[in-house]
Amino acid sequence: MGKYLLKRVLLAIVTIWAVATITFCLMNMVPGGPFLSEKAISPAATAALEAKYGLDKPFFERYVTYLKDACHGDFGLSLKQRGRTVMDIISTKFPVSARVGGVAVLVSLLLGVPLGVVAAYKRGTAIDSTLSVLATLGIAVPSFVICTVLMYFFGVKLGWLPTLGLSTPKHFIMPVFALAAYPTSYITRLMRSSMLDVLGQDYMRTARAKGLSQKVSLFKHALRNAILPVITYLGPMIAYTLVGSFIVEKIFTIPGLGGEFIKAINGRDYTMIMGTTIFLAVFMVIMLLIVDIVYTIVDPRIKLK
Amino acid sequence: MSQATTDNKYLVDIEHERLSFFTPVGEVKALNDVSFKMKEGEVLGIVGESGSGKSVTAYSLMGLTAYPGRLIGGTLEFNGHHINDMTEAEFRAIRGNEISIIFQDPMTSLNPVYTVGNQIEEVIRLHTDKNKEEARARAIELLTLVGINEPEKRLKQYPHELSGGMRQRVMIAIALACEPKLLIADEPTTALDVTIQAQILELMMELREKLGMAIIMITHDLGIVASMCEKIAVMYAGRIVEYGTTDDIFYNPKHEYTKGLIKSIPRLDAKDHERLVPIEGTPVDMLNPPAGCPFAPRCDNCMKICLREMPPVTYFGDVHYTQCWLNQKAEAEAAAKAGKEAADE
Amino acid sequence: MTKKNPLSLQLKFDPEDFLPATNEEKESLVVMRESVGFWRDGARRLRKNKVAMACLFVIIIIMIFAFIVPSFYPYSYSEQIQGANNMKPFEFSAEEQARIAAGEKLFPHIFGTDKMGRDYAIRVMMGSRISLLVGMVAAVIILVIGSVYGSIAAFAGGWVDLIMMRIVDIIYTIPDILLIVLLSFALKSPLKTLASIKGFHWLSVMGENLVSIFVVFALLYWVGMARMVRSQILQLKESEYVTAARALGASGGRIIRKHLLTNCIGTLIVITTLQIPSSIFTESFLSFLGLGVAVPMPSLGSLASEAINGINTFPHLLFIPSIVISLIILSFNLLGDGLRDAFDPKLKN
Repeated sequence: MGKYLLKRVLLAIVTIWAVATITFCLMNMVPGGPFLSEKAISPAATAALEAKYGLDKPFFERYVTYLKDACHGDFGLSLKQRGRTVMDIISTKFPVSARVGGVAVLVSLLLGVPLGVVAAYKRGTAIDSTLSVLATLGIAVPSFVICTVLMYFFGVKLGWLPTLGLSTPKHFIMPVFALAAYPTSYITRLMRSSMLDVLGQDYMRTARAKGLSQKVSLFKHALRNAILPVITYLGPMIAYTLVGSFIVEKIFTIPGLGGEFIKAINGRDYTMIMGTTIFLAVFMVIMLLIVDIVYTIVDPRIKLK
Repeated sequence: MSQATTDNKYLVDIEHERLSFFTPVGEVKALNDVSFKMKEGEVLGIVGESGSGKSVTAYSLMGLTAYPGRLIGGTLEFNGHHINDMTEAEFRAIRGNEISIIFQDPMTSLNPVYTVGNQIEEVIRLHTDKNKEEARARAIELLTLVGINEPEKRLKQYPHELSGGMRQRVMIAIALACEPKLLIADEPTTALDVTIQAQILELMMELREKLGMAIIMITHDLGIVASMCEKIAVMYAGRIVEYGTTDDIFYNPKHEYTKGLIKSIPRLDAKDHERLVPIEGTPVDMLNPPAGCPFAPRCDNCMKICLREMPPVTYFGDVHYTQCWLNQKAEAEAAAKAGKEAADE
Repeated sequence: MTKKNPLSLQLKFDPEDFLPATNEEKESLVVMRESVGFWRDGARRLRKNKVAMACLFVIIIIMIFAFIVPSFYPYSYSEQIQGANNMKPFEFSAEEQARIAAGEKLFPHIFGTDKMGRDYAIRVMMGSRISLLVGMVAAVIILVIGSVYGSIAAFAGGWVDLIMMRIVDIIYTIPDILLIVLLSFALKSPLKTLASIKGFHWLSVMGENLVSIFVVFALLYWVGMARMVRSQILQLKESEYVTAARALGASGGRIIRKHLLTNCIGTLIVITTLQIPSSIFTESFLSFLGLGVAVPMPSLGSLASEAINGINTFPHLLFIPSIVISLIILSFNLLGDGLRDAFDPKLKN
């Protein structure tokens, strides 16, 4: 198990390095520096600014400095939000996204897993078909459609729910719904198919032959095996949801990291873009590692691999 | 213990059992009129090829018939219980307790995410009022009984850490945990290496000596039943085509299918030029069973009537019987002749 | 013992009955079920699946509207009709009403017009065309790259396989949404430069953003396909009938064509079909963020994005593209599920 985890950690480090490098190269590929759009700036001023942000140094030197600083969690100053470091912005924006995202993760787990179990257990019935239709819809309808439709009916037409910001619990309802729709549907489908798979396994027949009740064989013997694919999915899902959705944050004007990233892209805030990307990559890789560890606990067979 | 609700002297009494699977493409008649009886402590072998209904018969005794299968006729009794009208809760009380089963593939029959100990103790605690420590002690006792060394260590291991033979021993331990009256062994050695097969069979015989339970041995291998069983039922296409003591079946087989099976067993004393004789043809399509004897299309001595009508039962003594027109030929010809003469006059 | 004599009642027997049956008689009894090939069997199962067939029908209808109808539609997607801004469905502008009064026949604006006075129905159709194109081209790109990469890894084995799969692992863990946004942003200008070079003019015809979306798919999305193909081939490589074929002296090429391909093809079809909606999904997402196709070319995502500011007054401008995109994605998903059930029952996840 130690060796297995060590391999995973190494892979994680390589992944983060790859993301950092790709991001760095991409950002330097874009012709026209970040200060191009601000017309009022003279060539001399641009040069001064470039010197300040170290943009005048050769490519490779910048790359090395950048990696070195990034290792210390220093992504430099934001190019657009004067005087603020990237890390500073991330640490104020991330908790906002994580709060909405955290609720959405909980909702999708607490709804998706039981619904999937019920659908599998009642396979072929009306309950199963209804759940399947809903889950397929949840996967098919893009989040911007969900967001805008919700906003139109509950925010504009009925006026029941506030559409902007996150000040009260009521503000959470629509963003959380929009964020949780896809993962809930996905988990329901995943859980249903893996549960069906497990219910057909020989050891489930053994459980019945022992005289165990439906409840025990379902919750003790089936669930623990069937939940494995869901755990695999949870890693990237949690990472994405907590970091915040671009769309949901844009539509509901939530001051989170997703919205900040879009702002950085549109404003060509290179340091901010790179910082956010690496932050998400690190976060993602950590989630995947946690998933790996949880996996070894739930499934004892993994230790051998 | 269970109270006997009838004074049936048999442990198992199945009369005219019919069972069908109602699949989307039609009704598959898995069992057509299956009857047999078993006394306490008796060992019965059920022999037949895949799909002949041997497992279905045994599973229906435990109420484990898989969806979309349904019992549609006959009466089943086990240890005084009327299986026909038992509820799922009543089945649960006897499963793993009075009647238990060992499955074919020990690799997949144990839950991979729980320890061996957990899975043995589970059944003990379910059917007895033993506490945790007592259940653990019993589990160790059981593992010792099925010939597993270092039982304390094994209890903490997961199924994937054990060999196939070892896992089947664990399955046997689970099956025997509550000292059942009847143990169903559904091809218990098919998935195992030949050397391990012999060990497991030997173990089962030993345990039967010690514990005295009845055993239904389901197999497609006549070699296995020969050494183990007192009675043998040969099944084909959902029917018992021949039933008798082991001696009856091996030394005096009456059904062409039984004869074919015996010819296909490799023998050590075979002469040089003697070859194994396979049974030609494929099993019948159970969706459209023929009107006559299901074995007729594969039978070397098939007669015209075999294709048209199901043969009646012919008895040879109290136990041995078969369903084959060839055994009716002499009588029928005489009767037909007499009938014809009568008509001529 | 109570055995009844079966013969007492059965005087109907004929001595004939006990004559040996001929082989023909025996064979006539064996009702063999018709053996059906892989394709016919799958097609039959697919036809029986009502949901999948309905989805196929919806997809065909949408394709007709997206690819055929625009060519003879009276309005064009970029034509700005004077004075016809922000009209409700089936409304005509004052000028158009005057022309109708003069006896001219004008085709109605079924979905109204947008704020620039462009007919919205044709824009939705063109948007669907872009979305479908993106989905299908991306699926083909992914299919080709993924299956080539996967089969090379599987056949090469050893350290080649190891390194190739490590690369896949890394790409797999890279947060894709972020990188897609980043890539399509970064690729914009280099592609523009490239398009100005002779011989690459087609790039600007297609739209640089569209091309960069394809590049993104080609760079990132094939990993799932590659993994699937590799594991399928490895599994098949180990299977007994391939060993048997090799033992019989079949050449490598024949084994690939005859055995591996026929066994993989079901899986490939299913994954490719399911890739289409996920690519359409990503494209609409990028367009919604303004990183999709270039104006005046519409895509369903950009149409919805443009409409969101007018949501209070012109909700239909938002709902129509939203419904169409949901319908497209839903239909492809359900069709993919149907194909999976029909052609590849073992792929149930």
